[in-house]
Amino acid sequence: MKRLNRRQGMVLLLVCAAVLLAAVTVAGILLEPRAMQADFSRTNRTPCAEYPFGTDWMGRDMLARTLAGLSLSIRIGLLTAAASALIALVLGIAAATLGRKADAAVSYCIDMIMGIPHILLVMLISIACGRGFTGVVAGVALSHWTSLARVIRGEVMQLRQAPYILVARKLGVPQGKIIRKHLLPHLLPQFLTGLILLFPHAILHEASVTFLGFGLPSEQPAIGVILSESMQYLTTGRWWLALFPGLMLILVVVLFAVSGEQVRRLLDPASVHE
Amino acid sequence: MKHRLQFAAKKLLRMALLLLGVSIVTFALMAASPLDPLQTNVGQVALGSMSEEQVAQLKAYWGVDTPPAERYLGWLGSVLHGDFGVSLLYRQPVLQIIAARLQSSLWLLLAAWVISGVLGTALGVVAGYWRGRWPDKLVRGYCFVISSTPAFWLALLLLMVFSVWLGWFPIGLSVPIGMDAASVGIADRLYHAVLPALTLSITGVANIALHTREKMVDVLESDYVLFARARGESGLAIALRHGLRNVALPAITLQFGSISEIIGGSVLVEQVFSYPGLGQAAVTAGLGSDLPLLLGITLITSAIVFGGNLVADLLYGAVDPRIRRGAARG
Amino acid sequence: MEPVLQIKGISISFTQYSGGLQQRTLPVIRDLSLTVRPGQVVAVVGASGSGKSLLAHGILRLLPYNSRMEGEILYEGAPLTAKRAAKLRGKEIALVPQGVTYLDPLMKVGAQLCRGRRDEQTKARYRAALQRYGLGPETEDLYPFELSGGMARRVLIASAVAEQPRLIIADEPTPGLDARAAARILGHFKELAEEGAGVLLITHDLELALTIADRVTVFYAGETMEEAAAADFRDPARLRHPFTRALWNAAPGNGFRPLAGSQPYPGTVTKGCPFAAQCGRCRADCTAMETIPLRPLRGGMVRCLHPDAKEEET
Repeated sequence: MKRLNRRQGMVLLLVCAAVLLAAVTVAGILLEPRAMQADFSRTNRTPCAEYPFGTDWMGRDMLARTLAGLSLSIRIGLLTAAASALIALVLGIAAATLGRKADAAVSYCIDMIMGIPHILLVMLISIACGRGFTGVVAGVALSHWTSLARVIRGEVMQLRQAPYILVARKLGVPQGKIIRKHLLPHLLPQFLTGLILLFPHAILHEASVTFLGFGLPSEQPAIGVILSESMQYLTTGRWWLALFPGLMLILVVVLFAVSGEQVRRLLDPASVHE
Repeated sequence: MKHRLQFAAKKLLRMALLLLGVSIVTFALMAASPLDPLQTNVGQVALGSMSEEQVAQLKAYWGVDTPPAERYLGWLGSVLHGDFGVSLLYRQPVLQIIAARLQSSLWLLLAAWVISGVLGTALGVVAGYWRGRWPDKLVRGYCFVISSTPAFWLALLLLMVFSVWLGWFPIGLSVPIGMDAASVGIADRLYHAVLPALTLSITGVANIALHTREKMVDVLESDYVLFARARGESGLAIALRHGLRNVALPAITLQFGSISEIIGGSVLVEQVFSYPGLGQAAVTAGLGSDLPLLLGITLITSAIVFGGNLVADLLYGAVDPRIRRGAARG
Repeated sequence: MEPVLQIKGISISFTQYSGGLQQRTLPVIRDLSLTVRPGQVVAVVGASGSGKSLLAHGILRLLPYNSRMEGEILYEGAPLTAKRAAKLRGKEIALVPQGVTYLDPLMKVGAQLCRGRRDEQTKARYRAALQRYGLGPETEDLYPFELSGGMARRVLIASAVAEQPRLIIADEPTPGLDARAAARILGHFKELAEEGAGVLLITHDLELALTIADRVTVFYAGETMEEAAAADFRDPARLRHPFTRALWNAAPGNGFRPLAGSQPYPGTVTKGCPFAAQCGRCRADCTAMETIPLRPLRGGMVRCLHPDAKEEET
């Protein structure tokens, strides 16, 4: 077999990560009923062949709970990252094209949001939305757009000075058309990369906020809920309740991070020499 | 000098404006919340058994019926006089609680900040210098996994290993039960702060190391390092003489920029270790809809973050000859 | 006299990605040969983007990691291996780079020149070198951003001469300077050659190079087109390659007739003469032949099949 060069390897890695993540998402949805099912005949089992991740004090299968939780995390992550990236795109372009006042307003917002520790801000927004699903989605979506917005703003500022855009403006092409035809295609790589790199943060913050009790309600099999519950049983030596769900969460986040990194490098023109 | 002072004054003014914004946003978010503080803190049953008069009194205490704008202006007025109000849950002045909590968190935050900064920069320089070789792969792998790990899970893991299995450290509570917080010795405090500080350091290293590595790689690919090589300087001398020098400036920005992340991490880590710091107070205040306390904590942490940025800007100006000498001449 | 530097047929190439997933090798310099003798200034002249700087980095063995160099380099008769180059860099072989970006922006000039050595002897040596180019001891206390363009060039030359090198490689030492300053800087190199060093001058400016060079190698799209004595340029009829003549004609002092078209991007010409598209006397065999050989002619070298054919209007 021909040895793959680095870029072909990158694409292969990307495809593998995507397939794995899709599999976890689907499996989690299918396993959700099983994840909620209590069975007091099998409580507190240590990991074994039948229950690889063990069972909890209500006899629920931890493997099913973990997968269901990850699936939920991935779906929330996709939703919030997409929303966040969209906010970043709109505000970034607005800051760069709508004049100095708009720019000042957006950069004030960015500075302000960056000044509040992330987790605290997500908490606050979640409280404002009455916690729960809405709270955590709004919290993560509204707090993660700042860096990407800055990147996009800078990019648009640079593009605005590009000769072909200046020419288009001189020729009287309307602003909206310039944005659609000339700006957006150039922003796409930056945007996509930023979007994918947002997933890990979104997932981690969702889990964290849920863990603290400001996110998903405790009856849902979310990773944050699972880990929060496991805390009460740690001292009694039920290590499996925390260990496996956490490891799986890391695995999912790493997969997202790997995908983001591959996409970034594939889209980065400076990487042709690697 | 005049130039520097003007710069600092401008930054301070902006900081004040940003803090004002933070307070308005925080207040607005809390006021918009559909969660009823009476329900959460007093409970449905207790409320039902109370007389109307008592309920009205409670409502007044939690400020439920006052219009938000009026409440905000009242709050702002007192803050400008140095009064952050009284915590509804703890029934103590907010500033007093924050002072006590910040004092116990300070050890934690400071230790994590210094350790992650020093270790992160060192690892970043090492990785950048041996780019593509095993030290680089090791450091990058570590950073990759750690930045994908939720801080609270790492805290759980450390708690499990060091406290439950090995029994080296206490499980939770920075103050032994039955002892007054004030009478706890420094040694005991430190003892309880080891694991939380360790958690925060381990997570904080990743970001700093990765960014330092990028910068180090840039420096080593620069024209001036090429010229230094052409003049016969050897690899290690280049890393020490040119690498460290040029990595130091962005390291300042990184280091002070990491404050927000460390404070954010402490909220989670303190929760796991039941460490009575500022982060834990924030969670309690949030869950209990304690508006004055949460407002105070948000404002103070933001002030620390902004202050850090300001210090970084000023330090940068003092260290970078292009700004220092350039300003002196202009 | 034994040459201080002999380059025999070196090629430098990069690996890079084209069109997404395909890796390819990009030749930047192909089959380059030249000789520098002590006391001589040898100029390598070529348009920007023809890979000239890489030649300097290649000799010093400082090429980036994704590049490859083939061919032979002899320094004072013995092969210049990577190990030997590392030993000689900054001592017997000195590089004078383009400009101020080659100085560490955060280090004072004096400390930078001394390469970390603090003994009085070293300091005195560099102080004298600076003095030679009219830079007082106060220069040592300046940061690179405080130097003017001309001062920076002189600092860079001073950095080379303090070690009394036998071979000086000057990589575009003049851009950004006005004509008088540029002439003065080049004068410094001539002086160093007269003191016995070999100077390899890499530049895009033929006219300026001719003011000090003894021999000239003309570079086009990574290939040597002609190797000639500087004296040949006094009479364009003695020049061997159409490109050299075009380059000579394009100079402000010789009619200022620009050459139509542009130099092909590295890697785009794989067969035949790279200059074919711009050449006024291109014949069928020029593009049909796999590679055009470099051959001796009238005391120089030329890579052209019909060096003395009549110019045809295209």
